Amino acid sequence: MSPIEFRKDLFADERDDNLNEIGKPTIRQDIIGHVTGRTRFYDDHLFDGLLHMRCVRSPHHHARIRSVDTSAAERMPGVRRIIRPQDVSHNINTLLSLINFGRDDEQLLSSDKVSYMGEPILAIVATTERQARDAVAAVRVDWQELPHVLDVEEALKPNAPVVNEEYPNNTFDYHDLYDHQKLRFGDVETAFQQADHIVEGEYQMSPIEQAPIETCGAIAAPEQNDRFVCHTSTQALFFSLGTTAKLLDMPSSRLHFIGGTVGGGFGGKVDSHHEPLAVLGAALTGAPVKYTWDRTEEMRVGAPRGAERWRLRDGVMNDGRIIAREFTGFFDSGAFTRLSSYAIIKGTGHLPGPYTIPNVASNVYCVYTNRTPSTAMRGFGITAVDFAIECHMDKVAETVGMNPIELRILNAYRDGDMKAHRRVAKNTALIECCQVVAQKAGIPLSPAATGANSLTGGGIGWRAEVPETVTDEAGRIGERRQREIPAQPFGGATVRGRVPAGTKGENVVAAEVQNPDMQIDPTRVGHSVSQALTGHPTPGPTTAAPAISTPIVRQPAPYQPNPAGAPQPTYSPAPPPSARPAPEQPQQPAPSAFAEPIAPGSTPQSTPEAPDTPDKPFQRGVKRPGVSRFISGTRRR
Amino acid sequence: MTIHKGRGFACINYPIGMNLGGDPSQALVHATPDGKFMVALSAIDLGQGMKSVTRQIAAEALGVPIADVYVDTADSDTGPHDMGSFASRGTHRMGNAVIRAATEARKAMLEAAAEELEVNAADLETDGRGNIQIKGAPSRSITVEDTAIAAQFKQGKTLSGRGIFLIPPSDADPNTGEMSPVTCFAHAALVVDLQVDDETGDVVVTEINSAYEVGRALNEKLVEQQLIGGAWMGVSHALYETTEPYYPERRNMAGDFVEYLQPGPGDVAPHNIAVLERPAEDAPYGGKGPGEMCANPVLPAVANAIYNAIGVRCDTLPITPEKILRGLQANGGARPKGAL
Repeated sequence: MSPIEFRKDLFADERDDNLNEIGKPTIRQDIIGHVTGRTRFYDDHLFDGLLHMRCVRSPHHHARIRSVDTSAAERMPGVRRIIRPQDVSHNINTLLSLINFGRDDEQLLSSDKVSYMGEPILAIVATTERQARDAVAAVRVDWQELPHVLDVEEALKPNAPVVNEEYPNNTFDYHDLYDHQKLRFGDVETAFQQADHIVEGEYQMSPIEQAPIETCGAIAAPEQNDRFVCHTSTQALFFSLGTTAKLLDMPSSRLHFIGGTVGGGFGGKVDSHHEPLAVLGAALTGAPVKYTWDRTEEMRVGAPRGAERWRLRDGVMNDGRIIAREFTGFFDSGAFTRLSSYAIIKGTGHLPGPYTIPNVASNVYCVYTNRTPSTAMRGFGITAVDFAIECHMDKVAETVGMNPIELRILNAYRDGDMKAHRRVAKNTALIECCQVVAQKAGIPLSPAATGANSLTGGGIGWRAEVPETVTDEAGRIGERRQREIPAQPFGGATVRGRVPAGTKGENVVAAEVQNPDMQIDPTRVGHSVSQALTGHPTPGPTTAAPAISTPIVRQPAPYQPNPAGAPQPTYSPAPPPSARPAPEQPQQPAPSAFAEPIAPGSTPQSTPEAPDTPDKPFQRGVKRPGVSRFISGTRRR
Repeated sequence: MTIHKGRGFACINYPIGMNLGGDPSQALVHATPDGKFMVALSAIDLGQGMKSVTRQIAAEALGVPIADVYVDTADSDTGPHDMGSFASRGTHRMGNAVIRAATEARKAMLEAAAEELEVNAADLETDGRGNIQIKGAPSRSITVEDTAIAAQFKQGKTLSGRGIFLIPPSDADPNTGEMSPVTCFAHAALVVDLQVDDETGDVVVTEINSAYEVGRALNEKLVEQQLIGGAWMGVSHALYETTEPYYPERRNMAGDFVEYLQPGPGDVAPHNIAVLERPAEDAPYGGKGPGEMCANPVLPAVANAIYNAIGVRCDTLPITPEKILRGLQANGGARPKGAL
C-alpha cells in the first residue's frame, strides 16, 4: 500500500489548479490493450517466411581476429546469409554523431579486433532461430588474445593496453584539450585551508542491468518502392532510424520505422544495434528478418548502467556550512563511447548536488576498459554521484554533530543562488521536500530549519560570497601516458589562471515559437510566469514564508478562477518576490548558521558580463566525406 | 542474532531533459471531419504513459474533452521527428511541442467557429465539453463537431497545427565547466526505515516516506506509478542488483532472472508519498517529468539507514549481506547510531 497525498497547499500561488484535463487521474489510452494482451509490441508483427539472425561473438576480453572460417556454417541447413563486416557500407559510428558529439569509434560488426567479451563479428541469417544458433556455433575463429584491462584506474596507468584505437589514451578527449571534463568554481585550495573540518570519501557503483521484460529487438522486411519497414523496440525512433541510415549508407527516406509501444526501456533501448542489422539482413536476403536478444545476451552483451567511482572531499565549518567540495570521478565506459562521455558533462553540470557551495572543483574521466560498453539507464550521469553526495552529506553531518536533514536545509540551494555551472538557481524546492518528509516521518526539526524556504534568502550573504575562480591546464590529452592520475583536481597543476566569479556565457532557453499562432495564451498555461531571478539577483526585502506546520499555509491567496464567461484573462501571474507585500519581518531564527550574516567587506556577485563569444563557432552540419548524405557528421576534433 | 532498526535520509534534485539541449521534438495535430483530434508523434511509450500524458496536454490546450483526442505514435512515415524517450525529456520536450501544435489548431478552430457565429474569434472560448461559446454569453455557442464540419466542408479550412520545441544546443566550457545544462529541475527527499539482521546480513526495508516535487502532476495516477516503481528500483539498486558481482572482475555474471537478484512483490515496503508541485516556467503546464529522479534518493537513504542501524558504512553498491557481515566483522559487531 502506498498512500499518496498531493500537497496543493505548497506553492499554491504559482499554480492554477482548475484545469480541465491536466492533473486528472485519466485512465491510460493504451491500458485496455495492455491488460487484455491485445497491444502489439514489435515482436507481435508476423511475417510469412520470417528469417532469424544470431551473432558470432567474442569469447575474449581483448583479441585480434587472425582469421574466420565459415565454411562449415555456410553448408548447414537453413543458413541463408552470413553477414560480414564488409557488408556494412559505413561500418563505423558513435551514437551521438547524430548531435555531432564525439568521434566514430565502434563498428556494427567488428573486423580486426574485439575489445569486450560478447562483441559481435558476424551475423548469420537462417530459416529458424535454432539453425542460426547452430551455424553460429560452427564458425571457427582464430583469435590472438591481447592483454586486457578491466579496472578504470588500471586503464589510466601509463602502460595500460589500448582498448579503443580511436582514443589511444583510454580516455575520451574533451574539447580537443583535456583527458577529462573540468568544473572550476571559486577557489577550493584556499577554502580547504579555512575549513574547520575536511571530510573525505570514495564511492563505487557497480554495473546494473536495465532489465526490461521485453528484450531488445527488431524485425525488418522489404517494403514497396525499394523501402524497408522496421518494427522496433527502440526508445528513440529517429535515433535508431538515423543510426541505421548512417551505418548502411542508405537515404533515410528508404526506411519506415514503426515502434512506440515498448515493453520497458529504462535506458537500455537507445543503442540502436538491432535495427541496422535487421534492415541489413532484410536487404541482403530480400526476406523479413528478426534480430532479437535472448535474456542472457540482454544481460551480458546489452549495455548496462556503467560503473562509476567517485572521490569526494569537503571543507566544512563548525556551523555546518560546506565551503568547499572536490570531486574526482571515473566513468567505466567499457570498450566504446556510446553515451558515457556525454553523461559526464551532464553529471558535471549537476555538481555539487543541490547545494550552494562557493568553492567547487571536479575532474571526471570517461575511461575505456575491456568490458561491455555502458549506456544510459534511468538517472544516467546522476544516480551514482547522487549516491556519493548523499552518503557524504551524512558523513559531514556526523562530523559536525548536526541533524542530517538540518544540514541539508542549511546548505540547500535556493532561488537566486549562483550554481557551480554559473547559472542562477530558480524554481527550487529542495527545502520544502526536506521539511515535508521530515514531517511525514516524524523527525523534529529546529525552528530555523522549519522556517527556511526556497524562495527567500538565496543569492545574498555568505551564500553569495563566491571568490574568483582559479583555473589550471593540467591533464591535457596525451599527457597521461607520462603521469599518474592526481589524487585531487588541482593535483599536478603548475600554473593557475583566474576567472571572475559569476556568469560569463549566455543562458540558453527554448527557441521561440516559429509562428505566433503556436504561442499559448498566457491565461491558459496554468502557472505563473516564473518568479525566478533570471539575471543578477537583487537583494532586497523579501518575505519569509511561514514555518511548515500541518497543514502548510502560504500567505498569498491561492489562485481564484474568474467566473465562467468573464471577459478578463482568468489567470494573473503572481508578482515577482521583490514586489510582493513585505509583512513585518519574522524574528530571525536562532542558530547563526541559518541566518544570513553579511560578512564585512563582502561584495555581491560580480555583474554578468557581456555575452560570451566563443573562439570557435559551434560546428553544425558540415559535410564529411564517406558519411551518408543526410547526416551532418562533423568530427569534433 | 539481533535485528537492528535503522533510519536514513537523502535528498536530491534532477535535471529535466537532454543536457545542453539540441534535442527537438515535433508534433502534428489535425481534426477529423467530425471534430475529433488526432495527435501524430514519434514519441515512445515505454510504459511510463507517454501516449496518455500527451493526450491530456493536447486536450487541455485545444480546450476539448479528452475522449475527443487520440494520440498516434510512433510511425516514422506519419509522426514527425522526436529525439526519443530518455533523459526525462519526453513530457517536457514533447509536451511543449504538443501544446504549440494544439494551440495553432485551436486558433484555426476558433476562427472557423467565429465565422459560423458571425463574431470575433477573440470573443470565443471553449467550455472543455465540446462546445465553443461567446465569452459571457454561453447560450450563443456551436459544437466543436459542427465547427469542424463547417470548416472542412463549407469554409475549406483545415483545423490543424504544427509544433516543435527545442532547447538550442550549447557547449560546456573546457576550463570552468560553465554551461546551461537544462532549464528545470525536479526535487525529492526521502526517509527509509529498515532492519538489519546482524547474523545473516539481511536487510529488510520496512517503510519509506517521501516527498517528490514534480512541477505539476499532469496525471496523478501516472505520477504515482512512476514514484512507486522508481522507489522499488532504488531499493533494488541499493541492495540487490549488479551484472558483475565482483566488479571489476567479470566472473559470476548473471544470465537470467534466476541469477539476477531483484526484490519480489513481497519485498515492496509501504511507501507514504507526498507530491509537491512548483510549476517550471518552460515546462508543459509546469510538469517536470518524475520518471528518472524518483529512484535516485533511495540508494543513499538505504546506505545511510544501514549505517544508522549497525554502524557499517557501505560505500560500494549493491550492499549485499556479504558486505554487511564483513563490515560487522571489521567493526567487532553492530554499533547502532541511535534514532534520527
